[in-house]
Amino acid sequence: MADPNEGTRAAGKTATGHLDRRVAVKTLLDMQGDVLIVAGLAGAKGDVVAAVGDDPRVFGFGGAMGAAASMGLGLALAQPEKRVIVVTGDGELLMNVGTLATIAVANPANLGIICVDNEHYGETGFQRSHTGLGTDLATMAQGGGIGAVRTVRETDELADAGEMLRNSNGAAFVLLKVAVNEPPKMRTVWDASWHKNRFREALLGHP
Amino acid sequence: MSTEWPEEAYTLLREAGIDQFAYVPDAGHQHLIDRSIADPEVHSIALTTEEEGVGLLAGAHLGGSRGVLLMQSSGVGNCINLLSLVRAGRFPFLTLISMRGDFGEGNPWQMPMGQSTQPVLEACDVICLRIDDPAEVSRTISAALTTAFQNEMPVAVLLGQKLLGAKKF
Repeated sequence: MADPNEGTRAAGKTATGHLDRRVAVKTLLDMQGDVLIVAGLAGAKGDVVAAVGDDPRVFGFGGAMGAAASMGLGLALAQPEKRVIVVTGDGELLMNVGTLATIAVANPANLGIICVDNEHYGETGFQRSHTGLGTDLATMAQGGGIGAVRTVRETDELADAGEMLRNSNGAAFVLLKVAVNEPPKMRTVWDASWHKNRFREALLGHP
Repeated sequence: MSTEWPEEAYTLLREAGIDQFAYVPDAGHQHLIDRSIADPEVHSIALTTEEEGVGLLAGAHLGGSRGVLLMQSSGVGNCINLLSLVRAGRFPFLTLISMRGDFGEGNPWQMPMGQSTQPVLEACDVICLRIDDPAEVSRTISAALTTAFQNEMPVAVLLGQKLLGAKKF
C-alpha cells in the first residue's frame, strides 16, 4: 500500500491509531457548545485552530511544554460556570503526567482533557513517543484518579466521548488514538500576551 | 515557628483577592497551606511538582482570578522553563518561597539550589523580594502584591532561613 505520508516529515511512520486527528478533534469540540479552550503546543494547537478558527476563547501555547493541563485547571477553577477543554498531545502530556493526579484530586466538574495521541513527537521530526511503545495515557489518567476516562479508536466512539466531556460531573479525559500524519500548519499570532488579552477581553470584558 | 506573621501574610493575600493557593507540601509554608485548606472560600491545590503551579496561576488569571504558588527554593529549579509562559504572556505571577540552602542550613544537598534560587529567578526576569525579619513580612508582601497584580509582573518573595529558622539535622 502507498504511504499516505509520502513527501511529508511523517513519511514511513506508523501508529496503532487510525482516526484522522483534525476530524476527531473537530467532532468532539463541535459537541461542546460554548467552551473555553486551552490548546497545547504544536499539533494540538493546529487541530484546535482548524476546528474552531482563530477564536478569542482559545489560548494556544507556542512553548512552555507541559503546562497546558495545569493552565486548564486554573482556568476551570476560576470559571466554574464555563466548560473548559484542554487539547494536548501525547508528548506534552507525558512531560507532566503528574498533572493528571493533581486534576483528579481537585476534580473540577467543568474540566475536560482531550489528548491527541499519534504516538510521535511531530514537531521535532516524528520520533516515537512512549505511547507507541506500550505506555497508555488513559490508564495513567485512570490511575491518577480521574473518574471519567475514554479511549477512542473508532469514529463511532466519538459521540459517547463527546457526551462524557460535555456532561461529566467531574474531570474527564479522552484519549484519541489517531493516525500519524502531518496536517497543514495553522498560522496564528505568536504573541502570547496578545492572545491572553484577547481571551480576557472576550471572557471578562477587559484585558 | 511563629504563626503570627504567617497569619498576617494569609490575611493580606486574601484581602488582595487571591483565591487559588497552589502548593507542594512544605514545613515553611505550613500555616498558609493549612489556612487555605480550612478556608471554604478558596481553592487549595496540592501539586505533584511546582511547575504545575506556574500553569495553574496563568490559567487563574486567564479566568479573572488570582493565585499564589507556595514552594520551597528547591522547587524553583522545577519551574524554569514554564516561566516562559509568564514572560511571553506577560502574566502576573506571585510565589512565596521558603528558603533552604540558606542561613544555617545543615543539609549540604540543599545548598546548590538554595544558593542558586535568587540568581536563577532574576535571570528569568522574576523580581525577588527577600525577608529575613518578621517585622518586614507585611510590607514586603503588600509590595509584592502590588507589583504582581497591579503591574502584572512576576514576583518572588523569598522567606529566608533567618526568618524561618534552619531545620535541625
